[in-house]
Amino acid sequence: MSARYSATRTSARTAAIMLAFTVVFTALMASAYEATRPKIQASLQEAQMRLIDEVLPPGSYDNALLDDVANLPPTSILGLDDGGRVWRARKAGAPAALVLEAAAADGYAGRIGIVVAVGADGVVSGVRVVSHKETPGLGDYIDPTKDRNKASPWISQFAGASWRQVAAERWTVKKDGGVFDFHTGATISARAVSRIVGRTVAFAMANRDALFSAAPGSTLQGIQP
Amino acid sequence: MISAPQFREIAYNGLWKQNTGLAQLLGLCPILAVSTSMVNATSLGLATVIAMALSNLVVASLRNFIPYEIRIPVFILIIAALVTVIDLLFNAYLHSLYLVLGIFIPLIVTNCIVLARVEAYAAKNDPVASTVDGIMMGLGLVWVLALLGGVRELLGSGTLLSGIEMIIPGTSALNVFGDDYPGFLLAILPPGAFFALGCLIAAYNAIKARLDASTRRHPPAPAPLEQPPGSAVEGAAG
Repeated sequence: MSARYSATRTSARTAAIMLAFTVVFTALMASAYEATRPKIQASLQEAQMRLIDEVLPPGSYDNALLDDVANLPPTSILGLDDGGRVWRARKAGAPAALVLEAAAADGYAGRIGIVVAVGADGVVSGVRVVSHKETPGLGDYIDPTKDRNKASPWISQFAGASWRQVAAERWTVKKDGGVFDFHTGATISARAVSRIVGRTVAFAMANRDALFSAAPGSTLQGIQP
Repeated sequence: MISAPQFREIAYNGLWKQNTGLAQLLGLCPILAVSTSMVNATSLGLATVIAMALSNLVVASLRNFIPYEIRIPVFILIIAALVTVIDLLFNAYLHSLYLVLGIFIPLIVTNCIVLARVEAYAAKNDPVASTVDGIMMGLGLVWVLALLGGVRELLGSGTLLSGIEMIIPGTSALNVFGDDYPGFLLAILPPGAFFALGCLIAAYNAIKARLDASTRRHPPAPAPLEQPPGSAVEGAAG
């Protein structure tokens, strides 16, 4: 038995080889991350902008919307356990609209994440579902890309709903005495979305001045629940 | 390098005889999860092809430097690194598709078909043959995924190729059964994947039995096998 093949030497050699492979392939991953990072950031911004364009007409404001963002602290009424964001649209410096993130915890299958755009006058300009796990083909009509009715998807009925004209307790489905339609057999998804939209609009109106005046990038403090 | 008969043998194994989805039954996790539409299924299949070709190439090139005792951790390290790179590239250049495929791209790492081909083929063969093997095995998975995704999408929502605009802008899905098609929910839900895959495997076995029966009546000249058949990793799940 030569010293070359002793247990210590073999295991040291194996460990060194494993280490070398780890270093080389970690370096490969790190350089791929560095190389793709600017492009990924740009894609994220682009996707964000595309989403906001769907809920808020691009011509209704003139500020750099993506940069004019404030952070919301964890807010239970909006379902934001980890906080969220609010974008402030302004026209010639005057408040035009707020785009808020929110989430309904009472969906049929877990959280339903939404964004709501509401004008400074309390009129909703659009709502989009950004994440959900509702049943495919049944409750997923809350997502306009899955809605069979392409001409006027279910979610589009929120556009034009006004905080001044619809009382707080009527922001729910017609079955519960509210004003919004729903699909028979999948009421829970529609109810969850309608109610969180109502709560978000109420929140935006109650805190409108604080939301518009917070410094970009700052986290809001002392907001009304 | 690789000879024409060897190429044919690898292609036949990957696309038909040892098809990962129908014969080896490896990598069922993505098959069942993403085959709700043809575009999703094919996209994940193509990502798997890239992952398999690259991991087979890298492992075959480095096979003489990998000690036998630690080959599995090294293989996993190589596969995980390559899949991470593919994941980043998808995120950067096909962002909307990345949002749809989401968690399933990183999960290619855990798809045992990748490790199975690395261990069973790339660790013992030269880089060119191994790369071809990875591509052929992957393409075998792609056609099964595309067929399964197509059948489920057609039955479930009455469309074909929905989501194609995420890959080729300006195109749109085919609405095969028109707007009044009520949909067939079961085909889209997970059980539909099991039913459809079961039917596919039954059809595959029936065709294979007929082909085998006809070769027995007219036996071809025996050709020496370069690869032992059925060389998949036994007992691997996922």
